[in-house]
Amino acid sequence: MTDDDQQLRVSKIRNGTVIDHITGGQALNVLAILGIDGTSGDSVSVAMNMPSDRLGKKDIVKVEGKELSQNEVDVLSLIAPAASINIVRDFEVVEKARVERPSMVEGVLECPNHNCISTEDEPVKSRFAVVDDGVRCEYCETIIRDNLPAHILAE
Amino acid sequence: MRHDHIISAKQLSRADIEAVLDHAADIAADPEAYAERHAGTLLGLLFFEPSTRTKMSFTTAMKRLGGDIVDMGSVESSSVKKGESLADTVRVVEGYADALVLRHPMEGSSKMASEFVDVPLVNAGDGAGQHPTQTLLDLYTIRENAGFDDLSIGIMGDLKYGRTVHSLAHALTNVDAHQHFISPESLQLPRSVRYDLHQEGAEVREHTELDEVLPELDVLYVTRIQRERFPDESEYREVAGQYQIDSETLAAAKDDLTVMHPLPRVDEIAHDIDDTEYATYFEQAHNGVPVRMALLDMLLEANE
Ligand SMILES: [Zn+2]
Repeated sequence: MTDDDQQLRVSKIRNGTVIDHITGGQALNVLAILGIDGTSGDSVSVAMNMPSDRLGKKDIVKVEGKELSQNEVDVLSLIAPAASINIVRDFEVVEKARVERPSMVEGVLECPNHNCISTEDEPVKSRFAVVDDGVRCEYCETIIRDNLPAHILAE
Repeated sequence: MRHDHIISAKQLSRADIEAVLDHAADIAADPEAYAERHAGTLLGLLFFEPSTRTKMSFTTAMKRLGGDIVDMGSVESSSVKKGESLADTVRVVEGYADALVLRHPMEGSSKMASEFVDVPLVNAGDGAGQHPTQTLLDLYTIRENAGFDDLSIGIMGDLKYGRTVHSLAHALTNVDAHQHFISPESLQLPRSVRYDLHQEGAEVREHTELDEVLPELDVLYVTRIQRERFPDESEYREVAGQYQIDSETLAAAKDDLTVMHPLPRVDEIAHDIDDTEYATYFEQAHNGVPVRMALLDMLLEANE
């Protein structure tokens, strides 16, 4: 039945990634990190503020046809430190992993300091050390504490 | 000391700092002994913004060690003007020289440049970032005049934008100095610097008036408050005026207070202080030569 198909589409994906245990309210930022705005045509489902024993409220994101790169996982870990990542192939979870806080994120964030050499046309990637409650540019030492997704490098 | 490049005073441990200052003291005591030490050595100077004083100091230091300099010249006359990246420029110039000195208007430029070269690179100022040889000559001057034991220092002026101040404050955590920061509220230390000082376990004592701490200071480090930090002339005059000192201001100070300034000054230290025992800013500027000689000598020896 059509209704069942709809149900199935929302709850199960054939190939892709399910990100669970995202800090409540951060799902749209997670999509931003993954560069997903719906224009590619792949199906994306988002559940926000679902009850969670561990987190109180959690968000879940399911993305058809996409597996996360290490860079994406690194930034993800900064805004959703409790997230778990499930890689799905042929409707089966083939890999399950918790995110880990990296010591460094490279080539994903753009330094907000316009006078930082990493924002120039030089052959280097941006590099940020992960500090207590934010990230810090390895070149100019500017600290980003809030709204990390706003600093994601445009592709 | 084992460092390939000198990018930030933060990379230097207390032992590193003491080693450079000790060596500088040896050189200052007997400069003749070092006059031929680096004969034939070439120091490449890349100054992407004018800083005549720093450039002269490095030039003097290299020549006093028996070596010479090769100078990129002004940016207007170089290939940088044609859009060459800094990474390419330093990779070309490292072929001409045994060590490089870089001054560049952007933060992080020396750090990045050092990732592309094998010869030692010394940061001579990267925008609002670091200027480690200034910090070392400041430390040398402080040690010579006041010593590091139980040191009480007041740093006054533009603490928000003054990179000299940021670097010095961080370095002083190595010697557990009692640091007082004296500035208008709008020019207090920025967040990243506070973060670092807290990480090093230093207490940040802030004051809006010099009177509050002057009597207990061994060193008063004065910096310039710039006109462009204020929306209008009258506000600038009013605020900056509160952070100018003259011999009258210093009546409440210890007799052996050391007054320092990275120079150039405009009117923040009155000329009537110049002839007093307090005035140490010209000596401070001169100390740049033995300190840079010491640093270059150690870097070149380590990388031979
Ligand atoms: Zn930066």
